[in-house]
Amino acid sequence: MAIEVLTDKAAGAIATVTIGATKAEGGTRESVVTVGGETCLPFHLKEGVMPHPPVIAMEICDRAKTDWPPEIERVFGARLKDPPAWAEACEKQYGAQAICLRLLGAHSDYGNNSADDCVSTVREVLSATTVPLIIVGPGQKDKDNEIMPACSQAAKGEKCLLGSATQDNYKTLAASCLADGHSIIGESPIDINIAKQVNILISEMGLPPGRIVMDPTVGAVGYGIEYAYSIMERGRLAALGGDKMMAMPVICFVGKEAWRAKEAKVDQSEAPAWGPAMERGILWEAMTATVLLIAGADILVMRHPDAVEKVRGVIGELLGK
Amino acid sequence: MLVIGELINGMYKNVRKAIKAKDADAIKQLAEAQAKAGAGMLDVNVGPASADPKGTMEWLVDTIQSVVDLPLAIDTPNLDVMEAGLKRCKRKPMLNSTTGQQDKLEAAMALAAKYKASVIGLTMDEKGIPRDADGRNEIALRIVAAAMEKGIPSDEVYIDPLILPCNVTQQTAGIVLEAIRQCKVLADPPPKTVLGLSNVSQGTQERPLLNRTYLVMALAQGLDAAIMDPLDDALMDAMIAAELLLNKHIYCDSFLKAYRKGG
Repeated sequence: MAIEVLTDKAAGAIATVTIGATKAEGGTRESVVTVGGETCLPFHLKEGVMPHPPVIAMEICDRAKTDWPPEIERVFGARLKDPPAWAEACEKQYGAQAICLRLLGAHSDYGNNSADDCVSTVREVLSATTVPLIIVGPGQKDKDNEIMPACSQAAKGEKCLLGSATQDNYKTLAASCLADGHSIIGESPIDINIAKQVNILISEMGLPPGRIVMDPTVGAVGYGIEYAYSIMERGRLAALGGDKMMAMPVICFVGKEAWRAKEAKVDQSEAPAWGPAMERGILWEAMTATVLLIAGADILVMRHPDAVEKVRGVIGELLGK
Repeated sequence: MLVIGELINGMYKNVRKAIKAKDADAIKQLAEAQAKAGAGMLDVNVGPASADPKGTMEWLVDTIQSVVDLPLAIDTPNLDVMEAGLKRCKRKPMLNSTTGQQDKLEAAMALAAKYKASVIGLTMDEKGIPRDADGRNEIALRIVAAAMEKGIPSDEVYIDPLILPCNVTQQTAGIVLEAIRQCKVLADPPPKTVLGLSNVSQGTQERPLLNRTYLVMALAQGLDAAIMDPLDDALMDAMIAAELLLNKHIYCDSFLKAYRKGG
């Protein structure tokens, strides 16, 4: 007797968000990315569609940071202090579909760069690349509110994705996104109730679901990923069940979390049983990304090109390509 | 929960007047207001006094559909009027309603099947309304069986265990709650349940309080739909809060607003 496979049919769909604008659309990008639109749980392709495969953005930083893990330093070398060159390498050498510029140098502890400094970095990165740009502030309330409106204006027309709006600080960023045509990242601290609340607050400001991306905050493998996974899964189930205030695509800052893990960076001399740090870090980032893909990530923000390559392969396999 | 807006009913004076004067704006306003307040479906009833019930039903359906994109529950005991309404529905309609009376049951189900309508089945028959929950569900089972015979899935049947005014028969409220709970085991997938909510408070004082209290109690038993007044904000808020507490929605501080935004 044939076994009948039971399938679920979703009542709702994830909203679709497009980042980047070509010349014809008023920007200068040569490609754009579209995410969202799912009508099934991640890769449950017998139950619905995933019209837009998950996207990998590569993360760069504007700060002359000195404590990058050796493996990241080995790959990018002097470009770690040269954001446009770093961004260009990510796009042209490593195939990043989008660039995520983290303006950490504006943080009061890491350089306290001014709005003007940030604007020039944004402009340089835009002219060095042709893929869509994600811009994230330092995550300090006052500093974010000082630099992000200036960056937003400088990138007007490029339909960037700007972050991050939080429950306590969303008005300035939402107003900038509205005025300059960008989309917004709503961030919550691994808390599904706050994730929903942030979406409502942003929506009330006038941004439609098609311009909101959720950052649920994640952990790396070994550092709370199960919790992040369960929150993302519950959010996605609610969205597919028809909850429109949870039905936004999800961005995961994978590289930031994975490369923080001890296992990703400790040298073999300190932990002989763990094997070469070089492979470990890449695997840590790739595994973290893979778990989050299955939890429902739409945009993965990653750092190491080899990890990106591996995850690109995983996405292809899961989509049967 | 499916909120079926009850306000377009010829029993109400304002609707009767609008029907008589062919005042389309008045009907449109009622349709739009109910949709905006969160109704997922609108009940349409021409009332008892209409001289041309078929024509009136068609006019009401067309008028409502010209301003809102909601499915409609065609509410009439007369199958000719029913068909006139079902025929004009753009979205999947609801046949409101049939009873368990055998001769009428089959004809109603045939009509529902023809127009792919869901069906409200009232738990009464030739002998009237049973006194207890078991009796109500015996009739419910007959109704579900009749639907399935015509190819209507069991979860497109909405069983109405018939709530009565609490000042007339006070024990019915509890019996109906029991019937709602039991109804879920009648078929797989289980039939849905619905109440004509305002009946519970007919002729009483404090009607809104009784309505919303009973709705919350019924939701806790698994009620799926109610024909009710979506413009009663306190009633809608109670429904949203009850669904939240039943873990049907993800909590957030603005949960009332979230529900009204489609969350």
